[in-house]
Amino acid sequence: MIGSTKINVIVSQIKVLNDLVTCFEFKRTNGGLLPTFSGGAHTIVEMQDGSVLRLNPYSIMSDPFDQARYTISVRRDDQGRGGSLFMHTKVKVGDEMVISYPVNLFSLDLRARKHLFIAGGIGITPFLAQIKQLERSNGYWELHYSTRRPSLGTFVDELLKKYPHKVSPYYDECDQRIELTSLLSGQPLGTHIYICGPKGMIDWVRQEATDFGWPDEAIHFEEFLAPLPGKPFQAKLEISDKVINVGELQSLLEAVELAGVEAPYLCRGGACGQCETSVIEYDGKFIHRDHWLTDDEKTSGLKIMPCVSRFEGKKLVLDR
Amino acid sequence: MTIQFNDESFRGEYTFTNSDHAIKRFPFPFHEDSYMYAVNMEQHQGGPEGSIYEKRFDVDEHYVSEMYDRKLVLTEDPLRCQSLPHMVMAGWDLLELIMVSKAEDYPDLFELHRDGANWRWVNKPLSIDQSFVFLDETTLPYGPMEYITRQTQGDFCILDQRNDNLWMDAGMVTTQADWSLDFDIGMNFFEWHAPVPKAHEMGIFIRALKFLLSIQQGTPARRLNWTMTVNPLLDTSPENYHKWGVQKRTLTPENIGQKQYLRVELQTFFRLPRSNALVFPIRCYLINLEDLVSVPKWARRLHRVIRDLPIELATYKGFIDNRPMILDYLAPFDDGQPTSDGVWPD
Repeated sequence: MIGSTKINVIVSQIKVLNDLVTCFEFKRTNGGLLPTFSGGAHTIVEMQDGSVLRLNPYSIMSDPFDQARYTISVRRDDQGRGGSLFMHTKVKVGDEMVISYPVNLFSLDLRARKHLFIAGGIGITPFLAQIKQLERSNGYWELHYSTRRPSLGTFVDELLKKYPHKVSPYYDECDQRIELTSLLSGQPLGTHIYICGPKGMIDWVRQEATDFGWPDEAIHFEEFLAPLPGKPFQAKLEISDKVINVGELQSLLEAVELAGVEAPYLCRGGACGQCETSVIEYDGKFIHRDHWLTDDEKTSGLKIMPCVSRFEGKKLVLDR
Repeated sequence: MTIQFNDESFRGEYTFTNSDHAIKRFPFPFHEDSYMYAVNMEQHQGGPEGSIYEKRFDVDEHYVSEMYDRKLVLTEDPLRCQSLPHMVMAGWDLLELIMVSKAEDYPDLFELHRDGANWRWVNKPLSIDQSFVFLDETTLPYGPMEYITRQTQGDFCILDQRNDNLWMDAGMVTTQADWSLDFDIGMNFFEWHAPVPKAHEMGIFIRALKFLLSIQQGTPARRLNWTMTVNPLLDTSPENYHKWGVQKRTLTPENIGQKQYLRVELQTFFRLPRSNALVFPIRCYLINLEDLVSVPKWARRLHRVIRDLPIELATYKGFIDNRPMILDYLAPFDDGQPTSDGVWPD
């Protein structure tokens, strides 16, 4: 299976939410209905930036039952490869774009008696859709949302107004921290915890929950990595008999696709495992950045996740 | 209506028959002269006109009688239909998928009228005209999964997806090849496949699960599976083995052409959007040997497949004792000529 089915959309609204975050609304180009989805799903947005095609995943934050529109939020990353800058500076209302069908790798566990959401920064977006979904079915949830300062806590006011007893905001610059110990120890049996935010936060909450004896099945998290820029390198694709050059701002997966070679993917963020590729031969070092391969696999030199990982060296031959 | 529905039975007198049209479109499952397990998945995005692959949910001449047989099974044994409490949303997903698909694919047979959450469903072959409120269970005579699968051919397993595994957490199973929903409910993918011989060692299930977990909205998949059944029985369940198991002993060289059936399952897989569950419809098609050998290529090939099938598989599929008699019947139709590639008749 190669990626997922595409949808042609137009940008129907752009809203600057704060210094870092801008919100984009998409509608179907032909005016038809978009597919329903489940809270936590993402869509892959295709960005044609000059001759470069980037495909970045963004959580859908709009109501899963609203088939008229999807909304996403994009956080500007000045050090990134340019995907978020492209969205912030080049995309205009009325532009035609291509997005993928929704894919959910961060689904609610519908068996949970209670859903406890822990969000950091832009990690709030999947929870916005999940909250809307749970509100429809009278679900039991609670959100703890941490951001750097009030001016960046974009969705706080709206959430507090609607759900004053279910939402707790925290601001780093005001020295406010989630009191994890009391939070985790006070939860009813059957609670599931969901974490989305920076890696440090995910690791911290997972560790604390595990130490408290929470079962693994009740701890859910999602961290999509953006591919990082790096030194250009060359790779040979053995099966398709092609040599590709991976540019500084390009991911290995994007370079494979640009060469016309089909490669499977779902998340493009190092999490889902779909794009796992075998290495036939190499002379150099891998820069593994994914969450998929085990440490042993990473040191074995036999596998690479081309969506986020890179290579530096003389020779790389891939089974693709 | 474009389809002439048979009035036939899958029990008692066994009046089930296949028309010439049904024989021609039968999903013969062997693309070569031998068989071994394979994940053998392909996209379920239509197929040749008139084939069973053309529509998302194939409706054929057996529809009305199959639904009556399902009703009989459920009356005797309501546990053939079960749904764990967290699977209600997935049931609505399935109802929506089937109603939308059938109304689009068979507009002369089914209609769906939607005004917000107020829906009206018209099923002409079964004379049903039901108005209800989407997502309000109290407005339907059954839960959403049971309601729609009482009107759709094939068994349905709804698999919850969590912890990188699939869980058999809901289903409607009345036409199964000797497995039990009541036994498997709540099991994960590896648990419910535990009895299958050889495939575990071959790593089949790890690959199959990886594929299934990655099936997404808009890209349904399908494969075929098969076994052999004596008499056109839809309900070959473990619960009723005492009724149908003994029938395997009634085969004679004289009646085998009419009584021995090749049973083929069209298995499809759809991601359900609102629940993120996966639905796994298993649609059963039956053809007896007499009808099957009317296609010379199928006759030659079935003879070779049955002859060369490993003992473990023939045992698992439940026809090891009858294999010699089946081969005696098929052998005269196999002149040793080569067969062409693919499943379609020459």
